[in-house]
Amino acid sequence: MTDPRDEGAERDATTELLVERVLTAPGLRDELATEVLPLAGGDPEARPEPRTLRSRPSGPDRLFRLTGFAAGGTTVAIMLAVGVFLSFNAADAISVAGLSFFTTTEWSPETQDFGIAAVLFGTVSIAIVAMCVAVPLALGTALLISEVAPGRFKSFLITLVDLMAAVPSVVFGLWGVFFLQESVIPVSQWISKYFGWIPVFAVTDADGVRLTDASAFTSSAFIAGIVVALMVVPTQTSVMREAFSQAPIGEREGALALGSTRWGMIQTVVLPFGRGGIIGGTMLGLGRALGETIAVYMIISPIFVINWQVLKTGSNSVSALIALRYGEASEFGLSALMAAGLVLFFITLVINFVASSIVARSRSGAQSEA
Amino acid sequence: MMTTETQTELREDELLIEPAEPTQPRTRPRTRRPDPGTTETGPKRLVRSATVSDRFNLLGAGAAAIAVSTLLFFFLTPMTGYVGWIVVSFLGFLLIYALLVSLSGNRQEVSDRILTCLLVSAGVILIFALVFVVAFALLRGLPALAHLNFFTETMKLAGPLDPLSMGGILHAIVGTLIQISIALAITIPLGIATAVFLNEIGGKFARFVRTISDAMTALPSIVAGLFVYAAVIQFITHERSGFAASLAISVMMLPIIIRASDVVLRLVPGNLREASYALGTTRWRTVWHVVLPTARSGLVTAVILGTARGIGETSPVLLTSGVTAVLNFNPFEGPMISLPLQVFDFVKSPEPNMIARGFGTAATLVLLVLLLFLIARAIGGRAPGVLSSRQQRSAAMRSAADASRITLRHMQREAAAHPIEYAVETPVEDAPVAPDPGETKPVADASPETAPEGAPDPPVRRRILPPRLDWGRLRHSLTTGRADPETPVDPDPDPDPDSDSDPQTEERSS
Repeated sequence: MTDPRDEGAERDATTELLVERVLTAPGLRDELATEVLPLAGGDPEARPEPRTLRSRPSGPDRLFRLTGFAAGGTTVAIMLAVGVFLSFNAADAISVAGLSFFTTTEWSPETQDFGIAAVLFGTVSIAIVAMCVAVPLALGTALLISEVAPGRFKSFLITLVDLMAAVPSVVFGLWGVFFLQESVIPVSQWISKYFGWIPVFAVTDADGVRLTDASAFTSSAFIAGIVVALMVVPTQTSVMREAFSQAPIGEREGALALGSTRWGMIQTVVLPFGRGGIIGGTMLGLGRALGETIAVYMIISPIFVINWQVLKTGSNSVSALIALRYGEASEFGLSALMAAGLVLFFITLVINFVASSIVARSRSGAQSEA
Repeated sequence: MMTTETQTELREDELLIEPAEPTQPRTRPRTRRPDPGTTETGPKRLVRSATVSDRFNLLGAGAAAIAVSTLLFFFLTPMTGYVGWIVVSFLGFLLIYALLVSLSGNRQEVSDRILTCLLVSAGVILIFALVFVVAFALLRGLPALAHLNFFTETMKLAGPLDPLSMGGILHAIVGTLIQISIALAITIPLGIATAVFLNEIGGKFARFVRTISDAMTALPSIVAGLFVYAAVIQFITHERSGFAASLAISVMMLPIIIRASDVVLRLVPGNLREASYALGTTRWRTVWHVVLPTARSGLVTAVILGTARGIGETSPVLLTSGVTAVLNFNPFEGPMISLPLQVFDFVKSPEPNMIARGFGTAATLVLLVLLLFLIARAIGGRAPGVLSSRQQRSAAMRSAADASRITLRHMQREAAAHPIEYAVETPVEDAPVAPDPGETKPVADASPETAPEGAPDPPVRRRILPPRLDWGRLRHSLTTGRADPETPVDPDPDPDPDSDSDPQTEERSS
C-alpha cells in the first residue's frame, strides 16, 4: 500500500512534463479541444497541495484500528519473544561448543562435550521413514477422495480424515507402544532377513554379526516412523485433496471425452495440476514429523550414537532429547537444550515456509474477491 | 409531480412484495425427450453400476489370490506369519486381476483397474489404521471407564497396586478444563482480533504479522514448552503451575486460531463489506455487524478445532504443569496435571492397573476431542453467510419488520411534508365504487395528524393509508423467495380504490 501523497506527487511531476511539452510544441496547442492552462507558476509554494482522498477516521474507528494493531503487535511480540529468548539463551551454549555442536554425537553439557549430530540424525531418519509410509497412503487416499469416492461416501471420508488430524498424539503413542511394537517386529525381522544386504535394513551388532532376536528390533526408528506417519497422514491428505479438487473441470472432461480412462485422466490432468499440493502437503507433513515429541518419546529407547540401521533398537530425536533432559538440566544444560530446540525450529520453519509458498503458488487466487 | 413520484415508489413497494410474474404450478418438465419416431430403443443401459464380468473379475481374482497364498503358506513353502499371508494375497490379487482384465481390455484399461484398486486399498488401509488407533484406546480404556469412581475421585489415595475401583482422574479433568479455559481466554480475543486485523485493516504491518504467525505454526510444541519453562518458570514463578501450562498451550493454539479465522474471514464476500461501506457505515461497525456475524459459524469452528488441538497437547504441558495426584483448583500455585499428561504418567508405570487407567484417561480424552469435533461439525458445516433454516426465518422476520417500518416512516414523512399533494377533491374513503370526480364534499373523519391546522378548507383531505401489506404473504415470499402459490396474484393492477386515486384527479391536484 503506497501513500497516496507519494502517488500524487509522482503524477504531478508527470503531468507537469506533459503540459510543458504540449505548451512548447508548435501548433499543437491550437488543436486541443480543451484549453490547457499553465500550472500555477514555477514556484512550488503557490501550487496547491495534492488532495488526499482519504477521510479522517472517526473516533471509534481510530480505536478499532488501534485495537487491531495492538492485537497484531501482541502476536508478533509473543512470537519474537519466543525466538529472541531462545536465541539469546542458546547463544551461551553455542559459543562454548562452536561448530562442534553440529558434529558431536554425545550429549553431556556438564563436561562441555555435547552436540546434536546423533539426535538430529535420529530425527531425520524417523521423519524419512514416516514420509515413506505416509506419502503413498496420503496420495492414494487423497486421490480416492477427490476422484473415485461417490458423493456421500466422499464427505464421510473427508470428515473422518479431518477428525483424525485432531486425535491427540499421546493416543497414537499408546497405540504404538502397546500394539504396533509387538505386531510389527515379525515384519522388521522379515525385512532384515531378506533385504539385510541393503545397509539401511541390516540389523547387526558392533562386530557386524546379524541379529535375529526380537529384542533387537524393539523401540526402533522404524516403529516410531510408522506411528509418526499415521499422525501426519491426515494433514497431508487434506492438503493434497484440496489441490486435486481444484483441477479444472474442463480439462478433466476434455480428457474423458477424448476416451481416456479414469487413471489416464488423473495422470494427465489431476496430478500435474496438483503437483504443488503434493509437494507442499508432503513438506507440511515433514515439518510436523520433525517436531513430533510425545509419541516418539514413548516408543524409542534413546541413544546418542548415529544409528544407520533403522530397524535396530535405539534412536533419538531432538524433541525427545528435550523432553528427556530438561528436568535435571543445569542452567547451562538448559541453554544447550535450547540450542537444540532452536536448530529444530529453524529446520521446521524453513520447511514450512517452502511448503506454504509452494502450496500458495499452486493455488489460483480467484476464490475470494476481497 | 410529487404525487406521481410517490405513486411510483409505492408501486415499487408493492412490486417488492408481489413478484411481477405470477408463479404457476409447473405442469410440464423443462426438458423433453425428442420423439423417438420409428427407431427402436433398446432397454435402458446402466452406466454407473459394474457389469457382471467386472464383478466376476474382482471376486474371482480375490478368491484365487487367497487360495494361492494359503497354498503357498501352509503346504508348499516354509513361509509363515499372517502379515506375510496378507501381503502375498494382496499381490496375488493384483496380479490375477490384471490378468483377468487384460483378457477383455487393453493396456489402458488394465492400468486403470489396477491403480483404482491401489487407491482404494490406500484409503482402506489409512482409514482402518486411524479408526483402529482410536478404537484401540477406547476398547482398552473400557475396564477403567466402567468404574464411576474413575470420574469422581483423584489419585491422591490410590497407589499403583490398588484396583480400578479406587482412584480416578477427576484432578486431571479439572486441570484440563482450567488450563484450556485460560488458554481460550487468551487466544480467542487475541486470535480473532489479529485475524480481523489481517483482513480488515491490512497494510505492510499486517503482512508482517501474517508471515510471523505462519512461522509460529512451525514452532515444535516441545520448544514452546521449553520457552515457557525457561522464561516463566525459571525466571518468574519458580514453580510449575497450571497457568504456565496454559501459557504454553496458548502459544501453540494462537497460530492455529489465527490461521483458521483468517481463512474464514477471507471467505466473507467482499460485496457485503462494500455494501456496508456504501451505506456510510464506519469500519468497526462493518466488522462488528457485517463481517463477524457472517463468519460466525466458521469462527466458532476455528476456535473449537484449536481447542481440540490444544487439549491434546502433551509435550508443552509435560515441561510446564508438573505432575500431581491431588485436585488443584488454583492455576497459579502448585502443579496441575491435565489429561494427556496423566495418560503419559500412568503408562510409565509397569503395573497393569496403572496402564488400564492410562487407557481409560486416553479414552476420556479421545471422547472429549470427538465431542468437540462433532460440535464444530454441527456448527461449522456451512460456508460463511449460509444460514440454517431457523436463522433464515428469523432474518426474514427481521427484514419484514424493517420493510414495514421503513414504508410507514416513508409514508408519514411524505404526508407531513406534502399535505396538499394528497388532497383530492373527492372523498374516496373506503368507497367500494369510485365516486364521480366532479363531486366535492367535505369529509368529517379526515385524519387530523396528516392535516396541518391552517390548511385550506375546500380541497377535501384524504386519509393517508399505509400501503397494502399482506403480512402472511410477505413472510412467505421472503422465506421462500417466491410468492404464495395459493393466493394468485390479481391480474388487475389497481383493484383497490383505497391505495390509489384516479390519475385524472391527481393531475388536477398537482
